[in-house]
Amino acid sequence: MSKKKLFSFLGGIKLAHRKEYSSEKAIAPLPMPKKLILPLRQSAGSLPAPIVQVGEKVNKGQCLAAAEGWISASLHAPTSGTIRDIGDYPIAHPSGLVAPCIVIEADGEDAWGERQPLLEHADSERLDPETVQRYLQSMGVVGMGGAVFPSHVKLSKAPGVPLETLIVNGAECEPFITCDDRLMRERAAEIVSGIIFLAELLEAKESVVAIEDNKPEAAAAMRAALAARLEATANHIRVVVIPAVYPAGSLKQLIYTLTGKRAPAGVLPPQLGVQCFNTATVYAIWQAVARGEPVISRIVTVTGNVGRPGNLEVPLGASVADVLQYAEARPESDGCLVGGPMMGFLLPDYDAPIGKGANCLIARSPQFFPHKAPESPCIRCTNCAQACPQGLLPYEMYWWSRARDFAKAERHNLQECIECGCCSYVCPSSIPLVQYFRFAKDALRTAATKKEMADQARERFEFRQFRAEREKTERTQKLAQAAKQQSAKLAAENANAAPAEDLDETRKQALIAAAIERVAGERAKVGCDEGANATEAALAPNHGNSA
Amino acid sequence: MEILVAISVMALGALVLGSAIGYAAIRFKVEGDPVVEKINAILPQTQCGQCSYPGCKPYAEAIARGEAEINLCPPGGDEGVHQLSELLGREYKPLAEESQTEKKASVALIDEADCIGCTLCIQACPVDAILGAAKQMHTVIIPLCTGCELCIAPCPVDCIAMKPLPETPENWEWPYPQIDKSPDAATHAPMPTAAADIQ
Ligand code: SF4
Ligand code: SF4
Repeated sequence: MSKKKLFSFLGGIKLAHRKEYSSEKAIAPLPMPKKLILPLRQSAGSLPAPIVQVGEKVNKGQCLAAAEGWISASLHAPTSGTIRDIGDYPIAHPSGLVAPCIVIEADGEDAWGERQPLLEHADSERLDPETVQRYLQSMGVVGMGGAVFPSHVKLSKAPGVPLETLIVNGAECEPFITCDDRLMRERAAEIVSGIIFLAELLEAKESVVAIEDNKPEAAAAMRAALAARLEATANHIRVVVIPAVYPAGSLKQLIYTLTGKRAPAGVLPPQLGVQCFNTATVYAIWQAVARGEPVISRIVTVTGNVGRPGNLEVPLGASVADVLQYAEARPESDGCLVGGPMMGFLLPDYDAPIGKGANCLIARSPQFFPHKAPESPCIRCTNCAQACPQGLLPYEMYWWSRARDFAKAERHNLQECIECGCCSYVCPSSIPLVQYFRFAKDALRTAATKKEMADQARERFEFRQFRAEREKTERTQKLAQAAKQQSAKLAAENANAAPAEDLDETRKQALIAAAIERVAGERAKVGCDEGANATEAALAPNHGNSA
Repeated sequence: MEILVAISVMALGALVLGSAIGYAAIRFKVEGDPVVEKINAILPQTQCGQCSYPGCKPYAEAIARGEAEINLCPPGGDEGVHQLSELLGREYKPLAEESQTEKKASVALIDEADCIGCTLCIQACPVDAILGAAKQMHTVIIPLCTGCELCIAPCPVDCIAMKPLPETPENWEWPYPQIDKSPDAATHAPMPTAAADIQ
């Protein structure tokens, strides 16, 4: 196994790992709650559409909502039971707002429906990537590291760029979180099968499992599992231990650490010949293709101010309250963080359910999170700029975000900020820098949507005016046409009548009378509004002639 | 002699520069009135006519001609006035008295049970956001509605109402960080503990 040089990214910080509270606790299942609330939004992209009715009985693993569009993933029943409601419930989101959910009342039997593993009836050696993509989408596999981006989308390669490095992210760089650590220690064989499957499917030249140096047991377990498989050597899969510098597990930083490649804004990893999956995602992919099990549970680290910290295998839709109760959260805790202490958010409502991206719950207390001093003015110490792994100038971005001058904040590359929280962490003035950046980013996003809508409205308004104009000219043209036809007709009749000049007076009179009668009749028929002008116009030459 | 040389050098310089400027004036001539376009780009394109002009473009033209104040557009709000004042170098004024109320973003909703299919609202909508035909039920295509309220008045059976757009996790925005608020001030719901469950 060749030892390759590692690159160390700019900035970053050393944090107290705080993983010891939960890292030695084996994964245990959370007892199935009676009621599960499943938000439809479990992935980035468009919402899946519900395909079940209220009152319907469902089996464990049955599809509840089918993916809509390409960037979307299906949703499945985590247990057997009855659909009780499809409606709005609070979800685990910093806003505390409600969103559409499917509610299942568990029947306690936990009975699986039919499972159709992809690999079972795939007789050919090589699977067609598109089949795999469609299958994973239908199994609801998304990024389990927290970003919940549908995994099947990431299986598409950039045209013409071979995959140099497949990265399996087991860095888990945030303090407290140990769910991937436990998963690698306990289920290394499945993860390795998943890596081999992906490496063969994507024809990766090499695959790297990146693990921070504070998880030697996980690295050892993965190495042992790789050594047990011949395909691992054939596909050049190896474990690489990387230094534990936060945020080493962040996508851009991890790619740089392992390959030295930098992804500028707007460039996706496949374009650099790299693709990255979280260990838990690889595990979910393997569970789907080998066992036909969709994503219906996830491993959640529950830690902080709780009596029983550990790693729980939680069915999706179980409430945060269910998990906190099971872990014996201490009553004096002042809130619960979802995600890690650096990038997570404070949960407004404990009834919110656990979703596919919720990797960690931390009961907060002053013991773990000493109260920060109130915000004071920036002293321009540039600590934040030195800590920023993206090489940004947080104090500049902060200055303009605070003044709500978002255009200037954007000029300082606000959109490049990965919200890692390093800058807030090191700021001696306790400025919640990331909060300002989130605020500014959202304001920019809203402004962009508004602009888009205004442009669309302007286009539609201008088209409507153009159409009104066109209809007007068309109408006048039609009227003129009708007038011309009418006069031509009358002229022809007059021409017919002309040779009759030498006929006797009575006949001539009769002809004129007949013409007048006909015109009067026509006028009545055409009606008053549109035809009036036309008939009048048509009559004029006739009168002139007969006079 | 020297003076003649000086004069001719200056004259030559003036000629060269003059012709360069003259050429530039022809070569880089600006067509149309870009100011109107720039103003129009700031206006929200609601086409509601609350500024008393028949649409955003006419209002933009009136501003460009210097006939209209820059603070007449309620949907554009305070932000819009600021942008206009920055663009035009005209002094910022708060939203005019009669257009004071800045409303929440809303869309029109037709009560489909009451709609008689008169098509009057279709004719009023400036952005063709209403779908329907004579004697058929009408409906608003919500993503296209600008919330201008122009369809409300013409409806003979009063079945159109404005509905504020709901706040969802997707369109929710992180609030402005609260200054000088220490975490102690934050209040939290009590932890769900096993004891709480028994009660
Ligand atoms: S770390 Fe804080 S005080 Fe120092 S420059 Fe950055 S924002 Fe200012
Ligand atoms: S939160 Fe953004 S600005 Fe702050 S250190 Fe991280 S990337 Fe840099």
